[in-house]
Amino acid sequence: MADPMRIRASITGDTAEVKVLMRHDMETGQRKDAGGKTIPAHFIKTLVAKVNDKVVLDANFGPSVSKDPFLSFKVKGAVKGDKVSVTWVDNAGETRTDESTIS
Amino acid sequence: MRILRFVCVALPLQAACALALAQSSATDEIAKYRQMLADGNPAELWEMRGEELWKKKAGPKNVSLERCDFGKGPGVLKGAYAELPRYFKDVGKVMDLEQRLVYCRMTLQGLSLADATKVPFGSTGKQSDIEALVAYITSESRGVAMAVSTNHPMEKQAYEAGRQLFFYRGGAHDFACATCHSASAQRIRLQELPNILDKANAQAAYTTWPAYRVSQGEVRTMQHRLYDCFRQQRFPEPLYASDAITAITMFLAKNANGGVYAGPALKR
Amino acid sequence: MNQQRRNIMRITSVLGAAFAAGLLKPADVFAAEWSQKVFDAKSLEAAVKELGGDKFTVSQDVTITGPDIAENGAVVPVSISSRAPNTDFMAILVEKNPSAMSASFNIPAGTEPAVTTRVKMGATSNVHALVRADGKWLVASKEIKVTLGGCGG
Repeated sequence: MADPMRIRASITGDTAEVKVLMRHDMETGQRKDAGGKTIPAHFIKTLVAKVNDKVVLDANFGPSVSKDPFLSFKVKGAVKGDKVSVTWVDNAGETRTDESTIS
Repeated sequence: MRILRFVCVALPLQAACALALAQSSATDEIAKYRQMLADGNPAELWEMRGEELWKKKAGPKNVSLERCDFGKGPGVLKGAYAELPRYFKDVGKVMDLEQRLVYCRMTLQGLSLADATKVPFGSTGKQSDIEALVAYITSESRGVAMAVSTNHPMEKQAYEAGRQLFFYRGGAHDFACATCHSASAQRIRLQELPNILDKANAQAAYTTWPAYRVSQGEVRTMQHRLYDCFRQQRFPEPLYASDAITAITMFLAKNANGGVYAGPALKR
Repeated sequence: MNQQRRNIMRITSVLGAAFAAGLLKPADVFAAEWSQKVFDAKSLEAAVKELGGDKFTVSQDVTITGPDIAENGAVVPVSISSRAPNTDFMAILVEKNPSAMSASFNIPAGTEPAVTTRVKMGATSNVHALVRADGKWLVASKEIKVTLGGCGG
């Protein structure tokens, strides 16, 4: 199972700022290992973020997103206590979902 | 930096000043780059995994690491890294963090030496449990001032051995640590070289390891930093968790005393 | 184990079971279509065409922020934002990368048209923020230099 993300969400006024750190190799498929063999592409393709089950961000990533991706975005109208959930799916079909509470 | 700008304006040394200013503004820009990355350090993911490994029952004895004593008592992690390396009575020698961690994995959990030192440096597809544990353990010293003691005779001895190794020239290039790290304001290309003999430099350098190294995509510990220095000096590869590395670490850590520990950090 | 971790594991295992049973393909449940053509596009112009647009204009309403110099091209922080009304799509492209498109974002109503992430840059290049607002394609660009450092402290 993929390693957990770290999700931090905090309110300023009526806007929640969400910051996500994901553990993923994001291999481009262009690198070669010490033996000269190409390391296969392995990267997050899609990411969906929800606040209380409403989709607030829907992203497509390519392999040029950095390893261990960081993402931050802002949602209006959220309140303290709302639930944020983030799901990613990679090109191998692996997936990970984590949640956090807006503080 | 400000003095440099003043001088360059006041005196007609155009070309040299332009070059110096270009270099100093490149340094400023890189400082800005580092600042932009400060929020959201992937090292946090290693800290999370390290905390799980710390609490997880493992090894033939099926025990967690939670009773491991890093010098402040069994299971006391707060501020422990800020006092390492140190003398441990139960083994009669000075140990750094990783030697002590290996010791606990063997004695508390029953792992063999081979298993306890397996994969000390992670790579793509091969995570290092050691790097995760070190990230967690050191994070518990964040905000604590370095306070390494050399009161015990063996601690003094380790510091002295470290100092001698720091100045020891060898390898194909006849380099010592001191070749790069004993003068201020030096750099290799755009990488500043901390002067370990200068208090402020030594503090800034030591208190920011381990770090998530962007160029490696992994959290790298002091063991890896020194292993990599040896490689760059064209020295033979040091054994993982050897006493020589501990001695050098002792020299670096004690020189950084008073500096507030700020790791795990983020580096190029 | 605390409740949050139990929730995480429950969600992940439910989804995992659904995927394993073939009831849901991960791409079905979530997310906009991931297009190989878009991610293979070699330039900003080609990417816009693949996205269904035809021309784009440089706009003051779009902002791209990033360092002037990145110490390591593997991790370059980039923030993009738009104050053009009805922004519903944003993307980051790195002109000189083998494939220009780095990441794209659908912005639903209620989400600020502003995202920050980190991208890989193979070499010094222009980095573009591409935005669709009211059906029009808008762009802002910034050059980011990629250096080679020394030995890595």
